[in-house]
Formats: sequence, structure tokens, C-alpha cells
Amino acid sequence: MSKRQEFEAAAAKRILIKDGPYGTEIQRAKLAPEDYAGDTGLEADQKGNNDLVNLTQPQVIRAICDSYIAAGAHILATNTFNANRISQADYSAEHLVHQINVSAAKIIREAVDDATAKDGVPRFIAGAMGPTNKTLSLSPDVEDPGFREVTFDEIVDVYVEQARGLIEGGADFVLIETVFDTLNCKAAIMAVKQLERELGRDIPLMISLTLTDLSGRNLSGHTVEAFWHTVRHAKPLTMGLNCSFGAEQLRPHVQILSDIADTYLMAYPNAGLPNDLGEYDELPDTTAALTKVWADNGRINALGGCCGSTPDHIAAMARAVDGITPRKLPTIEPDMRLAGLEPFTIAA
Amino acid sequence: MPDLTTARFVNIGERTNVTGSARFKKLILSDDYETAVEVARDQVENGAQVIDVNMDEGLLDAEKAMTTFLKLIAAEPDIARVPVMIDSSKWDVIEAGLKCVSGKPIVNSISMKEGEEQFLEHARLCMDYGAAVVVMAFDETGQADSKDRKVEICSRAYNLLTGIGFPPEDIIFDPNIFAVATGIEEHDRYGLDFIEAVAEIKQRCPHAKTSGGLSNLSFSFRGNETVRRAMHSVFLYHAIPAGLDMAIVNAGQLDVYDQIDPTLREACEDVILMRREDATERLIDLAESYKGKSAADEKAAEEWRGWDVKKRLEHALVKGIDAHVVADTEEARELVAASGGRPIEVIEGPLMDGMNVVGDLFGSGKMFLPQVVKSARVMKKAVAHLIPFIEAEKEEGAKAKGVIIMATVKGDVHDIGKNIVGVVLQCNGYEVVDLGVMVPWAKILEAANENKADMIGLSGLITPSLDEMVTVAEEMKTAGMSMPLLIGGATTSKVHTALRIDPAYDGPVIHVLDASRAVGVASRLLSDTQRNDFVRETASEYVKVREAREGRSQSVLLSIEEARANFFDAYLSDKAAPPLKPGLHVFDDWSLADLRDYIDWTPFFRAWELHGTYPRILDDEVVGETARQLKADADAMLDRIIEGKWLTARGVTGFWPCARDGDDVTIHGNSGETHTVLPFLRQQVKKSRDRANMCLADFIDPAGDWIGGFAVGIHGIEEHSKRFIEDKDDYSDILLKALADRFAEAFAERLHQHVRTDLWGYAPQEQLTNEALIKEEYRGIRPAPGYPACPDHSLKPILFDLLDAPANAGLTLTENFAMYPTAAVSGFYFGHPEAEYFGVARIGRDQLEDYAKRRGVDMATAERWLRPNLD
Repeated sequence: MSKRQEFEAAAAKRILIKDGPYGTEIQRAKLAPEDYAGDTGLEADQKGNNDLVNLTQPQVIRAICDSYIAAGAHILATNTFNANRISQADYSAEHLVHQINVSAAKIIREAVDDATAKDGVPRFIAGAMGPTNKTLSLSPDVEDPGFREVTFDEIVDVYVEQARGLIEGGADFVLIETVFDTLNCKAAIMAVKQLERELGRDIPLMISLTLTDLSGRNLSGHTVEAFWHTVRHAKPLTMGLNCSFGAEQLRPHVQILSDIADTYLMAYPNAGLPNDLGEYDELPDTTAALTKVWADNGRINALGGCCGSTPDHIAAMARAVDGITPRKLPTIEPDMRLAGLEPFTIAA
Repeated sequence: MPDLTTARFVNIGERTNVTGSARFKKLILSDDYETAVEVARDQVENGAQVIDVNMDEGLLDAEKAMTTFLKLIAAEPDIARVPVMIDSSKWDVIEAGLKCVSGKPIVNSISMKEGEEQFLEHARLCMDYGAAVVVMAFDETGQADSKDRKVEICSRAYNLLTGIGFPPEDIIFDPNIFAVATGIEEHDRYGLDFIEAVAEIKQRCPHAKTSGGLSNLSFSFRGNETVRRAMHSVFLYHAIPAGLDMAIVNAGQLDVYDQIDPTLREACEDVILMRREDATERLIDLAESYKGKSAADEKAAEEWRGWDVKKRLEHALVKGIDAHVVADTEEARELVAASGGRPIEVIEGPLMDGMNVVGDLFGSGKMFLPQVVKSARVMKKAVAHLIPFIEAEKEEGAKAKGVIIMATVKGDVHDIGKNIVGVVLQCNGYEVVDLGVMVPWAKILEAANENKADMIGLSGLITPSLDEMVTVAEEMKTAGMSMPLLIGGATTSKVHTALRIDPAYDGPVIHVLDASRAVGVASRLLSDTQRNDFVRETASEYVKVREAREGRSQSVLLSIEEARANFFDAYLSDKAAPPLKPGLHVFDDWSLADLRDYIDWTPFFRAWELHGTYPRILDDEVVGETARQLKADADAMLDRIIEGKWLTARGVTGFWPCARDGDDVTIHGNSGETHTVLPFLRQQVKKSRDRANMCLADFIDPAGDWIGGFAVGIHGIEEHSKRFIEDKDDYSDILLKALADRFAEAFAERLHQHVRTDLWGYAPQEQLTNEALIKEEYRGIRPAPGYPACPDHSLKPILFDLLDAPANAGLTLTENFAMYPTAAVSGFYFGHPEAEYFGVARIGRDQLEDYAKRRGVDMATAERWLRPNLD
């Protein structure tokens, strides 16, 4: 059975649990700047380069992964949100991108294989690709709206490099997450399509949009529905939403997506909204209760946590949705579904 | 409201297509992308559902032009909201375009012209980029002309595409529309062949769509727009039922089928459906009689268009018609130039003469504010046309009667009234320097000096703005200024101006009651002969106001203890049951179409200084006609707002367990430890008989009860407002703002109803008409901070915190507690059946001291907050 089929079989049985974030967990390990850099010989200050930790302190990442597995997660993401050439340039670590991704996927692969060898529970590794810090849809120069900092082909190359490392290290899927710019996401899809051809194999995609305002648009201005029309050609294994806001605010948007996306729906919200100090203080039981509503309403196939979530949040969610029937995939009429920032359908 | 996100037939415009629009081609060739972007904007505003972009022109670097233009329109949310059709015969141009388009576009087009291999390669790339695709009926041997060839090629392409997994619903076949009635016999079947081929292709290729470029059809009638439009309409009339899903056509090149001259319609039908042998000859003969006639010509035949240019300009100004004003102004300028005159004479002559007529009619009550604002729009467009000519001659602009600085003061964001006054003054020849909203005093003084202003006009709507106006007056005095200071806005009054502002400044201070007085005040202040008398009269009037105030026998105040003893003793057993749905409820996008039915129109007319109750005002003898026109304009704009989704109604409401504690209402947080205190004010004026000294807290049970809160706002006005201002269209700008205010009020009313019947749910059976809602014939009240029952604006931050209004409704507060966006309403819900509105009115020092303590602020702050309720 391919990993895609394995996932489909598991998702038919239960609401799958995705893990939570790595950043805050790595902070808790209180690494010194030299711990981050390890023996890479990098001169620039590497403190805060969480992606490099995959290479220099793999045991830290392994421990976090184990804690999420213990919390009940079935979908384990790699710690590679910024492991791309554009983001690593901030640390002068571009040349390590391939190694970081290979190593990141290997750590999770080992953790997952060890766990599954013990309990037989199927688990999946999502090779995570963040949005980079450059946008293809917007000009950084207000005086020159036609200017772009980066080209489509450059972003494609950046993602091909990252995805290649992730797959080589043993990731099952590629997760394009926290999509704030729809065109960046299209470039990431193109990258994975190219890599599929290069490797001659299927690489299932998971796509996760992030919203920048409560009305339900991402930074490039696309509504949830327009975004789905735009990326549906990727035939993603899961489509969903992450980050954005807390579960409470994300609810209406999950609902919209649930009605229109004819694929599995995965959502991993923040632990509420940040307080005045920028900290997340929503308690695990609160997050779990809010996300349980989605499950009760048959809106969700996979559930996890983003900013502010801890293994405790994941465990609380896993308990809350245990035994609840997963969302049934909707049947969508074969109409022509186009999109600008807003959706446009030409009915048959 | 029509569902704009789904369509059964799509017209794709060709105005951003260099092969279809000569104007667009000229703009792109001359590198004028800014105007080219406006062409796209117009097209979307006029209802285009997809924008076709084509840069195939020999003189252009098509790839560069395509990507430049696509990136530019991507930056315009009101254009980018619709999908793009990337239109080119060159694959490289298409692929470059695909890399710039962020939604799901249509590629137009690919074909089997160069063989299957290349066709499929392009198709695969379209799949990877996520695009729908137009497939031309074209193969290795050429373009399909007969029905059979069209069907054969499309079927073959369909099988190839679905064979590689291309989604059939993303395929659009273009089976080629060719010119008919060319005189060549083989061409006669082209129309019918296309229509029949469409029907068969749709049947053979499930889920695929069909499209065609319409303008080819009528190619032999170039220059005869009437016939071309008729042919296009007749063709679509028959092709759509056959299964045509979209067509590339200029929407302006279509007529309503039923309205086509029946003789012409029949002749067109004969040609397209090949119903007669001699169909072509008959249409050619008939076409002769339509030559040179176009719809535009017919409209231009309106009588007044035949008048001489001076008269036409006056007519346009008085009637507020801007359709021809630029052309007429240009004609007037040429006339003046021909006789050796300067462009400025057009302004000083015919335009000012026209505006004087407007001014006279307004002054004598024969014209009303909405019409004057429309006239101003016409004037501004005319002047804008002349300015380049005036500047080219380096001559001085027309000398204004005077320069007036206008500003909404710091802490306040309301500007409808100020804008109206500004327009009226401009119409009457004054130069207005509008500094906008939230303007600090320093900027006002600086602008006055820089512009050598003749006077300053201040505006404000909320009560804290009154203090800010005093500050401006004090600073003007400190700066040693002496120019007149005009005071206006909803909370200002002659009394406040006389008591507080006038004493703070040595120069003349004049309260201007409404826009219709502004010109009179300004002209007297600038008149050599009338100024001194006017200033003296006003000053002595204000002295009288002050004397009357000092000498007046004020209503007797009770002590706060006595007032509390006389509280309103509500039947607490009648209190509302706990809410059915407690907690916060966020509404990210309440339907504007729904809110439209809840609009209270009377205040809308009042904003335009048309007084009377709606709907009776529409039949008013004096202002009825104006009111009807204004209502029609408002309805038309509402249609556009709603259909174009210009605005978003966002709101939040919540309910909290609470208890009355003296004059406070204490809200208990979830944990039982956190409390939020809402301190309310109590009437202290001694009441006659057994009427109570009311306080909002009286409607809450000390033993435990519930209170609600809400905040709603209308978002998204800025870009449209900006567009109107850039277009010199103050009328639409003011109209839009006034409507946004109405939407906010309607939302507050609608949400309150939803709260009563559903969320709180204490009146589930309530059935009230909009009139009854406006008359507040329901149970419970929704007093707003800053209004009489709850006059302290500074309760808003507490309310906003409870609701997390910034995150949940996108609302923020200025330092003086004005809400932004401006069109917003917030308040508390009291559900007790005896709850009613009242005014707190004057309070005593004892309550002020007590209130300062309860709020935890010093006396000076409390005094500033409650000034309007103190002596």
C-alpha cells in the first residue's frame, strides 16, 4: 500500500491528529548560541535558527517529536518551516539547506518508525515547507506596484531544493503550510510536480492556508474559496488552514472549506489569540473543546496545533475527538471553477 | 441580489486587448500603464466577470507588456478580484503570464496547429500552473470552418486532453466564429455552422465549455455599429441556448434582443441562420439606412445639446450633468482662444456665471444641497480640464473670493458635514484647503499661515471635540492670530460657542448652524462693508447668551445621595432570562442586502439638510423632487455597493452575567475573580411628582442579572472614497459616506433584533416592521456611550475590551473615543421590559467627585469627560 493509500485508510477510520509547533519547544530547551551553530563553522549568529538545530542538535528535535507522538499525534511534521534558501540567507546558511532538510526528515522518520514498530499505529511524516519571507503577489515598494522582489522561477527552484531534501530524508508527504501568498503556493506546487517527474514517483501534497484577517482572506487577498479553486489542480491529499487565529475565530472558515474541498481537511489553529504581551494563554482543554465542535459537526479529518500549542494541547485534542466520526468528503459538481481574489464559477 | 460568483453565460470584454481595442493599444504602445489599469478597473466596475488581457502586437515586446500589466492589476484589489484570461497566440507570452497570476486563470489559447506533442505539452503545463484552457478548433491542416471539422477537431482534442488527466470542466472549445454576409457564398453557413457545432461539441464532450470571439462575425459591416450590435445580439440569442458558455465581446457592442428594430432583427436572423437565399443582399441594403447612426448619436440629439456652449455649460451645472462637460469646456476654451482670450476666462466667464445661477437658486431655496453638490462635481471636472492650459500659460489661477482652512479636529473622524460645507463654499468661489480628519491644532495653524488663509473652519461630531475646538482657539490666540474662526458640526451649538470658544480667542468666532449658512457667513466676513457690523453683532449676541446663562435660574439639583434614594424601582422579577447563547458572537460579513431593509432614511435626508420624515418627505411640496432624486441616487449606489461588495459589515456582540452595585454594574468574569465595572451616571435634576432619578444601573438586578454589549462597523469605504475624490466626485463621496453611516445604524438595529429574538432570546416571537423598529417599539434598549443616557464616551474602551472589538469587528478608538471606521455604532443591551431611554442632563460636583473615584481617575480627567453634563 502506498503512503497515500495508507493515509486514506487511516483517515477513513478516525480523525487523525497532527503535531504542534517546534519553535516554542526548541526555545524551552534553552540552547546557547554555540549549540545552534554546532560544528557547522557558520560565522553569523545562529541563535534562533531553529531549522539548523536539525543538523546540530538532532536529539532536541527527536525529543520534541517523541513528546508529540506520546501526545497521540499521527501526522508528524518536520521542523523545516524556514529550511529554504531564502530564509536561510538571513543566517548565511544557504549552502546547508539540503543537509538540514535531509537530516530533519531522517530524525522524524526514525522517531516514527521506532514508535510504529512498538504499537503498530500508522503514522505519517509531513515534510513542511513554509512560505519564505518573499512574496510573488505583492510589491514591497509602494511607489512601484509592478515591482517584485523575486520571480516565480526562483521560488520554484527554492522549493525544489527543499522538497528534494525532505523526500530524500524520508518524508511521506510535502506540506505547503502557512500560505500567505497564493502565488508562492502555486510555485511550490509547480516545484513538487517537477520533483515528481524528476524522481518518477508520486509525492502527495498537503496544503494549508493562513488567513490574515477575520473576514477570511490571506495576505495576497484571496478568499478561502478562491484559494481552493486556485490550488485544486494539485489534487492535495489534505487541504486546510493553520495559524491565522485561534480555533474560535477559525471556525467559520473551516466550515466554508469543509463544504467545498473534495479532499481531506486538516486544520491546526493557534492556541487562541495572543494576549497583550504576545503570549498564548489558551488552556489545552479550551482549545480541545473548541476544536471538538468542528469534529462533532463533521467538519474535520485531521487536527493539530500551531503557535502557542504544546504537547499538552495536542494530547487534549486527541482525547477530545477520540471516537468521533471523521468528516465525509463532499461531492463537488464538475463546474469550471476559476478565481481572482474571489471565486468565480461557470456552471454547466 | 444576483449571485455574482456563479454564471451561466459569461461576456468577456476585450477592452484590455490590444487586438480588440484601439484605445488600449495606444495606451500600451505609449507606455501609459497607469491609464491602462484604469481601463481594466472600469471594465470590472461595469460588471466584467473575467478580464481578457492580450498584448499580441508587432510593435510590442508582448511578454514584457503582459507581465507588466498583470503585475500592476494584481496590486489593485478591485480589479484582481475577478479571474484573468491570458490571451496570446504565443505560448511564451502565455507562460510568462501564468507566472504572474495568483488566482485560477484561463489560458487563451492552445491548439493542435503544431501537432499533438506540443499541444499536450502546453496542456500539461496548464495543469501544473492550475489554469483552465481555451482550445482553438485548429489542427495540423488548418482552422476548422465547417461544422464537421469543428466537431471533429474538438472531439479529438477532448480525447487527448482527458487522456492525460486534464479535467474536462477546465476545457473551453473555441470553434471559430467567422465573418458572414461577405458576399462569398461559402461564408454564408459560417454562423449556422458555429451554432450547430457548439450543440454537438457540448453533447460529445461532457463538462467542457464553448466560447467564441464575436466581433469577427460582423466584420463586413465595419463602421456600421447599429448593424454590428444587432448581429451580435441575434447571434448570441441563438448560440446560448445551443450551449455557448462564453463569448469575447465588448458589452457595449450588444443590444437587448427585444429592443432591436424588428426589420433589422429579422434581416440579421436571416443571415445568421441562413434562412433565405438573398439574406446577405437584403441585410446589406438595409444596413445602408443605419449607417452613421449609433446609440451615442441618438442620445446626443437631446434638445439641450443643440444650444450654444455657454448655455450648455450653465445647463450642465444647474442640472448636475457631467456627461459632456469636458467636451463643452474644451469647446468654450477653443472659442475663447480663437478670439485671443486666455483659458482662465472660461472659468471667470461661463463657468462662474453658471455657478452663480446655482448659488442664487440655492440661496433662494429653489435648489437643495444634493443638487448643489452635484453641480460642484460638474464644476470640478470642468476646472480640472482647464488647469493644464492655465498652467501652460503660467498665468495666475482665478482669484478666489477667499481662502478657508477646514478641518475635523484631533480625536474625531467624522467628515460628512465638513465635506458638504467645503463643497458649498467651493461652489461659491472660495478656495477651500481641506486638511481632513483628526487634525491636530498645530497643523491647522500651520496650514492657515502657509496658505494665507482668510478664515478657519472647525468641525466635529462627538462631544470631546468641543474641548479640542477650545484648544485650537486658545492656540490661535497664543499665536497672535486674528482671522475669523468658524465652528460647525453636530455637537456644536451657539451656546457652547458663546460660553467656551468665543472667550478663548480674540478674533471673531462664529457658530455656523448648517451648510446653507456657510456662504452667507463667509461672504460677510470677507466683505469690506459688512464685516465689522457682522462681527460686532455676533459678538454682542454671544455676550447676551453668556449673560442669560449666568442669570438664568437653573433647575435644582438633588444631592447624589437624594437622587440615589429616588432611583427607578424596576420590577426585578420581570428581568430577562439568561441569554440562550451567552459569550461572544462575531459577525464577519453580515449581508448588506439584508441590512438594506433596515435602513432608517429620515436621518439620511437630514444629513443632506432635507428636513422631513421618510417616506412623507418624498411627496413634500418643496423638497420632494430633490428628495426623490437623492433617494434614487442612493438606491443606485446601494445596488453598486451590494453587488460590488464594496463594504463589509462586521460586528460583535456578547452577554455577561452581572449585578447592580449602586450606580455601577459589575460584570463577573469566568473565573469569578476578575470583574469589570461599568460606572453609570444618575440624573440629579429634581423631578416633579413621583418620577425617578434614572440611572442605567437601575435596570439591573443587584441579586444577579445579565447585560449585553455590541459594536458594529462598516469597513471598506476608503478605496471607493479615494476613487470618487480623485474623480472630483464629491457628490458620490458624500453619498457613500452617508450610506455607510446608515448601514452602521441599520446593522445596530438588525443585530439588536437578532439579539432579542435569538442570541439573548428574550423575545423570540417578536414580529416588527421596519417602521416599528425605528420607533423602538420593542423590549429592551441599546444605549451608546456618548449619548444622553450614558453620556461618557470614555466607557467605550471598557466596552471594546469586553467585546475585543478591535479583533472581532476591526474597530478602533481615537484618543477622544471616536470610533474608526467612522460608520460604527456601539452600546450596551439592557433587556428589562421597563428599560427606557432618558437623558442624564446636568449633574452636580458631588456626583462628579464620586464618579472620578469610581473610575479611578483624577478630577481634571473626569471633568474633561463629563464637561457637557456640568454647568
